[in-house]
Amino acid sequence: MELTLSEDQELFGETTRRFLGARSPIAAVREFRYSPDGFERGSWREGAELGWTSLLVPEELGGGSVSGAGLLDLTIVADAFGRHVAPGPLLPVNVVAAAVARAGSEAQQREVLPGLLDGSTIAAWCVGAPTADGGIATGVSARAAAGGFVLDGVQEPVEAAAQADLLLVTARTDAGLAQFLVAPDARGVAIAPLESLDLTRRFARVELAGVQVPAAAAVGVVGAADADVERQLELALVIQAAESVGAAETVLDFTLEWAFDRYSFGRPLASYQEIKHRFADMKTWLEAGHAIAAAAARAVQHDAADAPEVVSVAAAYIGDYVVELVQDCVQMHGGIGVTYDHDIHLYLRRVTVNRVLHGTPADHRQRITTLQERAA
Amino acid sequence: MTSGAAAGATVDGGELESVESFRLRARDWLAANLEPGPPLGFYRSMSESEEVEFIARARALQRRLFDGGFAGICFPREYGGLGLTLAHLQAFNRETVGYEFPTILQVPTFSPCAAVLLEFGTEEQKRRHIPAMLKGDEIWMQFLSEPSGGSDVAGALTTAVRDGDEWVINGSKIWTSGAYFSDYGLCLVRTNWDVPKHRGLSVFIIEIRQPGLELQRIEMVNGSREFCQEFMTDLRVPDSCRVGEVDDGWTIGIRWMFHERNAMGGGSPYVAGPPTGGARDAVDPLLDLARRNGRIVEPVVRDLLGEARMLQRVHGELSRRIADGMALGAFPDNIAAVARLMTATSQVRRTTIATEIAGPAIAAAERGDPAFGLGTAFVNRQAACIGGGTTEMARNNISERVLGMPREITFDKNVPYRDVPKGPPAKS
Repeated sequence: MELTLSEDQELFGETTRRFLGARSPIAAVREFRYSPDGFERGSWREGAELGWTSLLVPEELGGGSVSGAGLLDLTIVADAFGRHVAPGPLLPVNVVAAAVARAGSEAQQREVLPGLLDGSTIAAWCVGAPTADGGIATGVSARAAAGGFVLDGVQEPVEAAAQADLLLVTARTDAGLAQFLVAPDARGVAIAPLESLDLTRRFARVELAGVQVPAAAAVGVVGAADADVERQLELALVIQAAESVGAAETVLDFTLEWAFDRYSFGRPLASYQEIKHRFADMKTWLEAGHAIAAAAARAVQHDAADAPEVVSVAAAYIGDYVVELVQDCVQMHGGIGVTYDHDIHLYLRRVTVNRVLHGTPADHRQRITTLQERAA
Repeated sequence: MTSGAAAGATVDGGELESVESFRLRARDWLAANLEPGPPLGFYRSMSESEEVEFIARARALQRRLFDGGFAGICFPREYGGLGLTLAHLQAFNRETVGYEFPTILQVPTFSPCAAVLLEFGTEEQKRRHIPAMLKGDEIWMQFLSEPSGGSDVAGALTTAVRDGDEWVINGSKIWTSGAYFSDYGLCLVRTNWDVPKHRGLSVFIIEIRQPGLELQRIEMVNGSREFCQEFMTDLRVPDSCRVGEVDDGWTIGIRWMFHERNAMGGGSPYVAGPPTGGARDAVDPLLDLARRNGRIVEPVVRDLLGEARMLQRVHGELSRRIADGMALGAFPDNIAAVARLMTATSQVRRTTIATEIAGPAIAAAERGDPAFGLGTAFVNRQAACIGGGTTEMARNNISERVLGMPREITFDKNVPYRDVPKGPPAKS
């Protein structure tokens, strides 16, 4: 997170954290373990009323930001989601809303955005990971057919696909990438829920077998949507970065308290130099995580030329170091840290999922090098 | 060139110039007044006459900055600075990338030495020395470490004894980088052996070129002969060169080491020039190495290059966050140790990655090969974790002073320093 927020942003963050504290305390998060949806639609709509879904959509399309920089505002929500390991399709709904606002037709904007903005429509984004050559993978292909396009392929894992009222499918064509809005109940679409690591975020396999969509379902230019997809990837990585760092800060805080309270050999854990030095490293990784997450958000918000690189630097760094921070905090707890009863695994699950969605650290390191070669 | 040091300070002597306006003015001025090229930074292999020329060049460039109204951006105006903010300095620093810049004169002259003088010096000391530093006329060194102990700085054995209006100093200081081309040293000495360690220290300004001070250069594993050791024998210093109160030197020492760590972490408001660590490079220089030896096509090498670039960028962003946070008061000053630690760990890892990419050329290479010198850099790698305060001390600092964890147990509290063990007990 940024070091300084405007008064409005502070209030927005405070409101969000208070809401999550009341509606999604850790005990409630645990109860979603066996829930098929992993979140409660009523709460999600209330969150939408607080502004969680409108930040990446311009005012003239019904959205609006707190500070004029909507993505920076959204990182405040993502940070709070991390601190509370909160349930809800924050990433897919915001990315799809941004995609439709950016590249969708007027008709699409009219039909789709109101539901996304008020929380009544849940959306999923079917896409693969960034590739070593700087592109973005997809398991789905699109070919032109009479009056529209036919989609074939498989994508997994897709967040909230089984809960979604709307799919945004990124597909490849001979010319380049294309994106389509597809109804989950369209003929040829099969959505199979998967066992998800996170207690509340749900993932599914999406199979498309000869799915016919009209030309009007295309979001942006068919075969030339690569820049739109890149932008969506950047948004997704910024949200994940902020969420993971928020989660890690909470973990570090309660682990530090534990180190003061836990005595061994007549001394608190916090008095051992080995333990102190590991906390010093963890504090450094945390601050570095905040710094690069904030830099990534600023770069994407302001369309900086190096935004593709900075988001990958954030994903690679946070995926390795900030996740390792949480693992090290598990170690600090000893046996209790690997029990289901302790809360730390809830956070570890969340940051682990963020570590691998939209590219692993290794994927992003390869991408960084490709981007560097292009800049050279 | 524009005229006078104050030209960059304020518009009409009133409101502060905006950062953007300052940036644009700096951009134009730098383009018109500095040559493109690498910063005049730390050690390069050169003969003694080349060294003399190098330092003269650095002093001249510093003078040019001063005359142009771009020296001492965060220094108070009454001491020749511009009285501007950290944001102005950061904007200026980013503009200096790609220019020949007197980087070697920044640390330790401006931080920690000038920073310490600003906080603790007398009015006369500040007026005499700080403008001279900003003009490149005075280069300062820190006479801090001693051969008997590295991290235990307060365990200084070098002793000053009062003799009328003068002090007589005996002892030895070490790890002063570039004392042979410098003019003054800020020196921590023991003035009282009958009180506990931290309560018997004082700080003096010492002229380096004078009888009673003998200086030796130390050759490091990378061939650098920049570090020195000084031997002070009955060196006489007037009491007017004392900084702070007698026996209160540790109050200064704590701030001194903060300013040092802050400079090492890249967040000091007193250090100008291209950001270290290349965080602002558009392209990582390691990419060129992998291109030239052909290994850039290997996925493993591409992974390593990605990691190296990642560390470079994250280090840059962290340094900026830490500096901003301290300036805003959002962080305690001890947070500087966080940036210092990251500077070291990222540099260590990048050095190792360079070694991996260069492969056997580390063992032997022709001069001019892109890998030339990387083997030596690897052998010298740990210097990044030692100089400017070890990473162990940084970790102590973060855990104890930032996170509030318990202090390490020591055996030098509440006993006169002369009774503190300074070696193993004599064998019977």
